[in-house]
Amino acid sequence: MIIKQLSVFLENELGRLTELTRILHENNINISALSIAETEEYGIMRMIVNDPEKAIDALKKEDFSVHTTDVICIVTPDVPGSLNKALTYLSDAGISVAYMYGYSSGGKAPLIMKVSDPDKAVAILTEKNVSLVPPEDFYK
Amino acid sequence: MIWNEPQECMSRDEMHKCQSDRLKDMVSRVYHNVPFYRKKMQALGLEPGDIASIDDLVKLPFTTKQDLRDNYPFGLFAVPKSEIVRVHASSGTTGKPTVVGYTRKDVDLFSEVVARCITAAGATNHDIIQVAYGYGLFTGGLGLHYGAEKIGATVVPISGGNTAKQLQLLQDFGSTVLACTPSYALYLAEAMVEAGIDPKSLPLRLGIFGAEPWTEEMRKAIESSLDIKAIDIFGLSEIIGPGVSCECEYQNGLHINEDHFVPEIIDPSSLQPITRGNTGELVFTTVTKEALPLLRYRTRDLTSLDYEPCQCGRTTVRMHKCTGRSDDMLIIRGVNVFPSQVESVLLELRETMPHYLLIVDRVGALDTLEVQVEVDDQYFSDEIVKLDALTKKIKHAVESVLGISVKIKLVEHKTIQRSEGKAQRIIDKRKL
Repeated sequence: MIIKQLSVFLENELGRLTELTRILHENNINISALSIAETEEYGIMRMIVNDPEKAIDALKKEDFSVHTTDVICIVTPDVPGSLNKALTYLSDAGISVAYMYGYSSGGKAPLIMKVSDPDKAVAILTEKNVSLVPPEDFYK
Repeated sequence: MIWNEPQECMSRDEMHKCQSDRLKDMVSRVYHNVPFYRKKMQALGLEPGDIASIDDLVKLPFTTKQDLRDNYPFGLFAVPKSEIVRVHASSGTTGKPTVVGYTRKDVDLFSEVVARCITAAGATNHDIIQVAYGYGLFTGGLGLHYGAEKIGATVVPISGGNTAKQLQLLQDFGSTVLACTPSYALYLAEAMVEAGIDPKSLPLRLGIFGAEPWTEEMRKAIESSLDIKAIDIFGLSEIIGPGVSCECEYQNGLHINEDHFVPEIIDPSSLQPITRGNTGELVFTTVTKEALPLLRYRTRDLTSLDYEPCQCGRTTVRMHKCTGRSDDMLIIRGVNVFPSQVESVLLELRETMPHYLLIVDRVGALDTLEVQVEVDDQYFSDEIVKLDALTKKIKHAVESVLGISVKIKLVEHKTIQRSEGKAQRIIDKRKL
């Protein structure tokens, strides 16, 4: 249930993001989810793609600093309190969340999150019947 | 092995006599053949006869880079042009290039001193020496080339740049010695990793690096990344080119070929000699060179001298590794800053790459220093919090060494230009 997220270091420079997406396009890589964390000097683009290995090779070849991070993707019902419930399971188990991103549509809210202990989080959430998106759903 | 034992291992008394005889002859040559020096000596009330031994060196006038520029291109040559067989020139980043000339004997001397240096470094006629210094007006390429041929080594005159071919020849020819700038050596190490070449699989065992100041930390980084021994060779075109001095296997100071290039250390502000062993500006007098003999040439390099005999058996004076030139020194908010200080810090931190750029600017009345650093891919994080912590760690380490506040900017891998020759480490945007 662990998903490989790509994290790319980007300097704040006009066109850098365009360059990155151009490379992904040319290598026929599809992005399923993304978020950008920004600072005054640089940004970090985090994304889930359909072929992480191929994307890493392509970006490294063009001198991008790319890393992979283990993340999980939960799906909660699009109703008040459902996220709170999932997060309570995690915090009760001593698992902290570094960051998360997502949105809701069609009654469901898939959320990608980086947690302090992904394996433990998967075990807890599975036990509590929180649904998780398997990596195969992204890698296709 | 010692290339020229009689000259490199003589007693201090013998060296004193050798230098004295040669200096007397040289002073007479410049007085009679170079109007520039005759005028300077006359202004000081000096005649060649006033110089009785090397101890009288301090009476003689200095020569600066500006003097060479003022007499561009051939004004300081001491022989008729028909005797000049080669010229070299400095890159001339500020103003006109400085031009240096060689007679046939000077060219032989050049080969001789380089032969001594690379022998001290540990190279022999069994080695294949890949010369990746630039060939051309720069003295590095041809200097190493003729010295390497002289000891009977196999020379691969590939010149600088063309990194893919450098790697190919290191593999295919099995070069055992690499000669280039230390910054290019690091670049080659990086390129090797990218090409999936294991440095341990190569016969390469020794590096002879020079033409720019580098730190002990950089030496360690090169030695471990290329799996070789890294030797520092020093020289400047005005004196002859590479071959003025070089480390021996003990890597404990650079043996100066002082029977040809007599060193002094002076205080750059008072121009007075400095107490033996202390650091100051390195000055050379070329006592045997024919085409361009220079009296007390101010190198701008800062170092100190050690006259203690070396374990290797050579008795020649050793200069400490130059880690800065007074030219490279930045004065930021009144504080002296050397790029090498920043280099040491970055190389001690595992998280950063040894590639950096200092950008000095003036905002209002305040000088600012930005240090651009590449983060090692291994330590890159997807969390801002961690990168922030890393930035702070670097900032703290740099500031504690420099004593002024700096701005650290993490930049993408490979954004700092890799150098194939001398590395550009400073951009000074201040308009003073």
